[in-house]
This record gives sequence, structure tokens and C-alpha cells, in this order.
Amino acid sequence: MQIEPREHMSAWRVGFAPVFAVFATLAICAVLIVWAGAPVIESYQLLFKGAVGSRFALNETITRSIPLIFTGLAVAVAFKAKFYNIGAEGQLYCGALAATYFGSGLVTLPPVLMIPFLMLVGAIAGGVILILPVLLKTHMKVDEVVTTLLLNFIILLFVSYLLEGPWKDPMSMGWPQAKSVIDEGILPPLFAKGRLHMGLYFALGAAFLVWALMRFTIWGYEIKAAGLNAIAAAFSGINVNKTIIRTAMISGGLAGMAGVSEVAGLKGYLTLDLSPGFGYTGIAVAMLARLHPLAVVPAALFLSGIYVGSGSMSRAVNIPAYISDVIVGMSVLAILVAVMFSQYRIKWRS
Amino acid sequence: MPVLELSHITKRFGALVANDDISLSLEEGEVLALLGENGAGKTTLMNILFGHYVADEGEIRIAGERLVPGQPEAAIAAGIGMVHQHFTLADNLSVLENIILGTQSLWSLKSNMTQARAKLVQMSEEFGLIADPDAEVGTLSVGEKQRVEILKALYRDAKILILDEPTAVLTPQESDDLFVTLKSLTAKGLAIIFISHKLHEILANADRVAVLRRGAIVATVDVKDADRNSLAETMVGEKVVRPKLTAFSPGKPVLTLNQICVAGPSAEPLLKDIDMSVREHEILGIAGVAGNGQSVLADLLSGLVDAEAGWVELLGEKMQKFSAAQIIEKGVGRIPENRNTTGVIGEMAIWENVISESLRSENISKFNSIISKPNAIKQAELLIKQFDVRCDGPLAQTGLLSGGNIQKLILARALSAEPKFILANQPVRGLDEGAIAYVQTQLLAARERGAGILLISEDLDELLSFCDRVAVMCDGHLSPSFEIGSKTIAEIGLMMAGDFIQEQRSMANAN
Repeated sequence: MQIEPREHMSAWRVGFAPVFAVFATLAICAVLIVWAGAPVIESYQLLFKGAVGSRFALNETITRSIPLIFTGLAVAVAFKAKFYNIGAEGQLYCGALAATYFGSGLVTLPPVLMIPFLMLVGAIAGGVILILPVLLKTHMKVDEVVTTLLLNFIILLFVSYLLEGPWKDPMSMGWPQAKSVIDEGILPPLFAKGRLHMGLYFALGAAFLVWALMRFTIWGYEIKAAGLNAIAAAFSGINVNKTIIRTAMISGGLAGMAGVSEVAGLKGYLTLDLSPGFGYTGIAVAMLARLHPLAVVPAALFLSGIYVGSGSMSRAVNIPAYISDVIVGMSVLAILVAVMFSQYRIKWRS
Repeated sequence: MPVLELSHITKRFGALVANDDISLSLEEGEVLALLGENGAGKTTLMNILFGHYVADEGEIRIAGERLVPGQPEAAIAAGIGMVHQHFTLADNLSVLENIILGTQSLWSLKSNMTQARAKLVQMSEEFGLIADPDAEVGTLSVGEKQRVEILKALYRDAKILILDEPTAVLTPQESDDLFVTLKSLTAKGLAIIFISHKLHEILANADRVAVLRRGAIVATVDVKDADRNSLAETMVGEKVVRPKLTAFSPGKPVLTLNQICVAGPSAEPLLKDIDMSVREHEILGIAGVAGNGQSVLADLLSGLVDAEAGWVELLGEKMQKFSAAQIIEKGVGRIPENRNTTGVIGEMAIWENVISESLRSENISKFNSIISKPNAIKQAELLIKQFDVRCDGPLAQTGLLSGGNIQKLILARALSAEPKFILANQPVRGLDEGAIAYVQTQLLAARERGAGILLISEDLDELLSFCDRVAVMCDGHLSPSFEIGSKTIAEIGLMMAGDFIQEQRSMANAN
């Protein structure tokens, strides 16, 4: 068996690869649903309904996609430069910590300034935490996958310490949560009903800016060049280390903004379960989007829809909610395989 | 009956026909040379013979028996031995261990070292291939390693020996030794195929030569009926005249290196006290066997590594440390050794590669941050036209271009700013004759304009026909330069083996 590159990629193959992958995913996961003893068609109908079938469902799906857009962008930018930042989860919490620290009374500004200010400090916090891993990579060739991943646990434990100790809100009736963000810092809801908030605009704006950065600027060129071929990039005068450090700051900043958006938009205060793994799902989002900043938005909506929809499906037909994790994992895998087959073909030896 | 018979071998890679209906035969005791430009299909053909690839059509017979395709172990069992251009030896094992590697069953716990040693010693004597069975391969010279490769093939009772560009990594003396060895092997009845594009080597050592062009055999001639010009013409398919040097009196130095040292990972420095000067209107050639510090020298002058001691004077400015960006800004044109991996980013478009060295120039970007794609594309279109890069336009993916066109693109990028100093590291390696002539013409035009050129090459013929002066590198040392014609090839060969280092030492001691 040999894998050969295709001479030309036909448009329909490239276009239909993701669609095909989604159907393949649903077909494979159908086996699990049958195994769980639930009717397949009805379950998928419920999944669809739960994700986009009502105003409320749609609202939830979009709300849930906001942090995924941020973390997806964070991962996409970093992976473009071949800086494998697995630590978006930790950076998200750093952004949340900054938003809590500055936003719960320390600084008071009118909302027009307060909200961008919180976004900014959150982004800085997300970037700063990446300084150590990125310098270890550029100067001592320490694998960033290990350092950024392990840093997640350190940060999470640190958050846990703060919430159980010095930052614990005395009004929280014993729950480990921090003081609420002041009203000026809260991202206002977009509709009277539902939880959808202004973080969406920030997320969409970020996607557009990252796209423009990658497409039109020298920085974007350098990020792509350093990722595609660091040797050639260095030869043509690009400072590859500087580029990687810069990329890490952008990546950490985006992930940090996800934390701000969750604290100041959705919950109003920091808790230990602020993120059910948005940082890790961001990797899946970025892979689904094939690292394209604009494609991150639909990818985040898709995965968010699966999480939200499978939640209501599992409640209705009584199968474990973990099915959503399987569907998400399977769909990323299927997309990657589908994309590969749009570029390569298998040749069986006679 | 011929020992080897290839009949109607065809191999396609997608739309490319790498081997087109090739038929060849080889007699016992014969040396057949396979001549062809890079990309002519020589290596593909040998890989089919050795079972790395399966031919789409055709068959191979060894002494009349049909060879099972696609199985190197079948090829070895049938008596085919292959010496690859890049050696396949384990540096941390001894010569003997390397030779028996793979001949013993993986499941057998006992090893027959004594017997193997006896066979190796007997083979060494029989064929005059001297090798110490207990020497660690990593400590051997390139020539010795090649000998071990040949012994490895013989140990497996090879009847047909294939050598892929065997002299590419050897000094002239080592090459001569190799061919003496090959003679003694054919005297014992072995048949040999060697791949080469060096005409003099083929004329001196082969019995017959098969010329490949674009995947097909265009001629098979007895060497005694062939001469250099006719072979070159058959290989290229047309008469190509390489440009000739016109006399110029060199001007003032554009680049001077003074006592440059570059440290390596071990205690031994990679470059040792390099003194050198390149003047206007002059091409200085750096000769030497691959891996003797040439690439470090090139990296240094490309701004990729820093000197530990010494200084560089470039266009009148003394510098100690400089980055690639700085050296580009100073107006140095650089042609890297590996055009595909260092010269361009294959996944990017042509226009993107054209601007990679001038991202922050006023013409290409605004406010030092936003790239003007229309300007970049205009620039790319201009260079594509001026340097005759054959492509589908500036938006085409660079990696899809042929080697010659990628080199033209790099040349265009390096020369368009009219550099005063040009570093050309193996600028014509692997190119076809037409592209070679083009690259050399462009470099000569730059020399005429007043540029000083440092030309690094492993091909001595190229250096001797294309440089004003040549210096030799060996083991991180650089010899004093000499005018072309003041030394014989044999003398240069001795320098490549390191003779001048002793002289430099004794002179240093005398001072």
C-alpha cells in the first residue's frame, strides 16, 4: 500500500471533504448510540434540535462558541508558526485571573473603557504566562508541548488555591468563587432573553484581525515562513526566535481574552469550573478550521453545537453526555483524514 | 548469456515518466556507466533494479532468472550489491559488525563472528580492499567508508555491483584508488554499473556507457568509440556552450576574513583561523571534499552563525557579529547550498519567495508592516521575465518548479539588488547543462559589473574552469589561494587531503 499525492485537488473534493467527514462521524457514533440502547435517528434529531432547533438552543450554541473562537484562534496562530501551544486552557485562566483582579473593584472606569481595559489586561496575562515556555523553547530547545501542557495544571492549582484562600468571596456561602466583576466591567447581554453577550463581538473582531494579520502584514508573513520552513526563513533574514516569541504572545493573549469573556460575560465571577476544557477543545477547533482564522468561527460554532445539542440529547434519550466528547474527537479525526484524502490517494500494490 | 538483463522497464510517477521503456544488458566482467543529467532517471532505474521501486512495465532477469520485483532481499539474494551515494553504515559499529549486519537471522542468538571475520579477511586480500575489521566506522575517512560499503556487498556474494555517483564525495586520489579497486573486481568476473555525470571518469574507466535523457536511453556506446564532446551532446540533447571567463583586473577587496574561528559543538572548532579576501571583478573558488567546513563558512557569510574570533571586513566595514538581515541590508547576494530547503519556502507562492529578503523595503511594504501585494507581484513578474523563470506566474506555488527554475528564482532574488559581494554555494549542483550555462552567465555578468564572488563547489572541474583563484578547504582550515593554472590537479588533490595544514603549522611554528 502506498500513499501518493494527487496531481490536482478537485474543488468538489476539497469542498466536500468536511461534509463527508461529518457524515462519517455521525455514522460511526451511531454505533455507540445503538450500543447505549437508544434510537439513532431520533437521537440525532434531538441533537440537531438541541443545538440549533430553537431560539434558546441557538443562543446557547453561540454563547458557548465564544470562548472556543478565542482559544481556536490562539491555537491556530501558534500552530501556524509550529509553536505547539497546548496551554490555552491555562492562559484562559490567567486572563480570567487578571479580569478578576482588576475588575472586581481595583479599577473603576466607565464601561466603554472598562471592558476594553479588562480585555487588554487579560490578554497581557495570557501572554505573560507563555514567556517562560517560549523562552525555554527558543533558547534551550525545550519542547513547548510539555511545558505549556504542564503549566495548565500549575495554573489551575494556583487558581484553586486563590479561590479557596485569599480570593474567596466572603459572600459566596462557602463556595470557592472570587468576588464578582463590577457592573462597569460586565459584558452586556445582546438580547433580553438568553445568555449571549458582547464577548461575541470581541471574538468575531479577533477572528477578523487575526485573519488580516496573517494575510496582509509582515508579521503574518514571518509567522507563516517560520512555521513552514524555519531554515529558509532564517536564511532570508527573518528572526525566527523573535517571530516565535511574538506568535506566543499573540496566542496567549487570545486565550487570555477567552477567560475575560467568560468571567465578565457569562458568569460574572471566577470559579474553578469556568472552563470545561475550552483550551483543549480550541485545539480541535483550530484543526477543524485547518488553522484558518476565519474558518475558526464556523468550526467553533459546529463543535459548540455538538456539545450543547448532545447535552439535551443525552438527557432526553438517557445516554451518557460523554457521547459529545466522542463525537467531537471523531469529527476532528474524520476531518483530518478527509482532508488528507483530498490531497493524497492510496495506491494498492498489485 | 548476460548476467543482467533489463527489458522494457517503464516507471511513472503521476504524469512524469521517470523511466521510459529502458532495455539494458550487462556482461560478466564488464563496467557499464550510466550517464545522464540529474532527473534523467538513473537513480530511479537503479532503485527498480534493487527492489526499492516496482516498475510499471518490464522485467529484470539475472543470469536468465526472472527477478521478483519490489524486494531488495530478492535482489541481494540474486547477487546485486548496491553502494548508495549516501552511505548506509552505522557509525557506532565496527567494520565487521557493519558488514554482517542483516546477514544473520533476527531470531538467531548465536553470531558467527569468527567465520565472518575469516571471510572478510580473505575477501580483503583477494580484492585488495584493505579494511581493519575492528575499526569503528565513525572514525573512518569517506574513502574507507566506501570501501566498507563495497565489502558489505561482496560479503553478500554480489555478482553485480551498482555504485551511485561513487566519486561525488572523494578526492581525486581517492577516486583513482576506487577505480583501481573496481578493475580488480571485474578481473574476478564481477559486473559493475556506475552512475556518474563526470565524463572524464566514464571515458577512463568504463567499457560501455548508456546515456539517459528524460527517462529514456538515447544511446549505448562502447567507450572506445566515444569522446567527451559527443557524450556531452548526447546527454544534453543539444550543444550547450558554457560561458568563458574574460580577463579582468581585480579591484579593491569587497570581503576580507581575518583569523576567523567558528566554534563547534565539540572542543574542535569548525573553522580555524581563516584568512581570505575576495576582490572586485573576481571569482574566488573554494575547493574541498564535502563536509570540511565549507557549509560553516557559507553559514557565517550568510549571517547564520557567529564567529568566535577574528573579524570580517565587508565593503569597507569591519564587523564581528552580523545577522542574516544585516548582511542582506549590506548588499550581499547569497545563493544557498540547498535551494529547496534553504533557498525557498516551497509551500509559499513565487511572489512571496521573491520578497522574502526585502520585506521591509519601501517598495514592498507600507509603514514597515503591511505588505503591498500588488507591488510584490509586479516585482515578481519583472524578475520572472528578466531571469526567464518558467512558471505559471507569480501566484504559482514555488515548490512545484523544477530545480533549475527554483535556482533561477533564487538567483533573481539575490542579484536583482546588484550586490557587490555574492556568496554562491554550489550554485549549479544538480542542474542540467542549460541551467548551468544560465547561472554561470549571470554570475559572470555580476563579475563584469564589479561584484566579487565567492564560489563554493565540490566539483573541481567547475572551479578550475570558472574561477580566477582557488583556495582549498580541509578540516576547517583554508589554504592560501592560488591562480588557476599554477597548480596541477594532483597538487590540488593533495591539498584537499590536508597537505597544506602541515605547512601552515610549521610556518606558524617558525614564526
